[in-house]
Amino acid sequence: MDLESQIRRFVAENLLFSGDRFDHSDDASFLDGGIIDSLGVMDLVTFVQVTFGLPVRTEDITRDNFDSVSKLAGYIRSKLPAGGETPRA
Amino acid sequence: MTFSKNVLDIDAAAEAERIVRSLRHGVRQVMRRHGSVVGVSGGVDSAVVLALCVRAFTPRNVIAVMMPDKDSSPDSERLARDLARQLEVEPILEDMTPALEGFGCYRRRDEAIRRVVPAYAAAAGYTAKITLPPNLLDTDTLNVFSLTVVAPDGQERTQTLPAREFLQIVAASNFKQRARMAMLYYHAELHNYAVIGTANRSEHDQGFFVKHGDVGVDVKALGHLYKTQVYQLATYLDIPEAIRRRPPTSDTYSAPCTQEEFFFRLPFDTMELLAYALEHGTPRAEVAEAMGLTEVQVQRAFDDFTRKRRTTAYLRMPPMEIADDHGP
Repeated sequence: MDLESQIRRFVAENLLFSGDRFDHSDDASFLDGGIIDSLGVMDLVTFVQVTFGLPVRTEDITRDNFDSVSKLAGYIRSKLPAGGETPRA
Repeated sequence: MTFSKNVLDIDAAAEAERIVRSLRHGVRQVMRRHGSVVGVSGGVDSAVVLALCVRAFTPRNVIAVMMPDKDSSPDSERLARDLARQLEVEPILEDMTPALEGFGCYRRRDEAIRRVVPAYAAAAGYTAKITLPPNLLDTDTLNVFSLTVVAPDGQERTQTLPAREFLQIVAASNFKQRARMAMLYYHAELHNYAVIGTANRSEHDQGFFVKHGDVGVDVKALGHLYKTQVYQLATYLDIPEAIRRRPPTSDTYSAPCTQEEFFFRLPFDTMELLAYALEHGTPRAEVAEAMGLTEVQVQRAFDDFTRKRRTTAYLRMPPMEIADDHGP
């Protein structure tokens, strides 16, 4: 499963207030669109730490990195070693 | 009105008189209560409310309740006692620690802290607090809470809180505000008095309060005033300087923690001018020029306030009622 799909699935299953389907574009703002709230951002941070084994620095928790599927996927890719999109076992 | 740094200036004497009149009318004529109960913390908000209540009802009809627990700074009780003495009110001390132990407040909170920092041990002298990232105007960091644990030797360790632990720490800590509310109503019902709240407008608007806790009151005496305006009242009411100079604290966490660190991310004077500007639709450029900020900084603050208001809207909602479908 590609990174974007993993993020969509996590958000749909854990963070959505309006059902379990992620019916938004990958560029839709999580925060402006009310898709998730600040608690959801905390869950996304844990998702990145646990699923990919990546440490997340507080200064990295910005809109540029966490505010849409595309942005979060880009952030994770920038931190992963090449070809390392598989979740940690 | 043109936006300026003085836009929150008030006529403190007139405002004090207006609140006193409202308190007298609301408590006596509307609620049919004989006096008022105020929880006093040694902070400026409760000091101002106590002084206003004394003016409204005379010291004889005002009860000041100090409700420290084992995490409270000793300054809180000392400052509250000094204030009560100045206002000629006999303070009542209620140690909240046994009630909070009964609720499991400390145990539940400390369990969550230890899941993040296993070395944490309150009995060994460790203290803790949770905070948001500082410097709201200069960073794009989102509102993700961090836990800071202070070891007995003063060494600090800070790390981002997972949502589950954050929720447990907050839920357990909120026993404090709710237990204080219950204690205030004991004294209010004992004397047929009303409970007068001390939360200010910034706390209410941005959601810095505990539902059914510190806003579980009969009158919100300062809910229409920014903290900056509360300070103006404090000066007019001759509140002791030690209270006026004290950095606002939530008096909730065992490590010293200001409200700016915990929630607002900005000094009150700056934050409230920006909040006023957002509320009144003042253009970013005008705000930036008046405050010596960039438009990017102003927008960061506007975004933060908007997100906090949206995230905490639930706290301000009254209980939802199910429509009665069985009428005639």
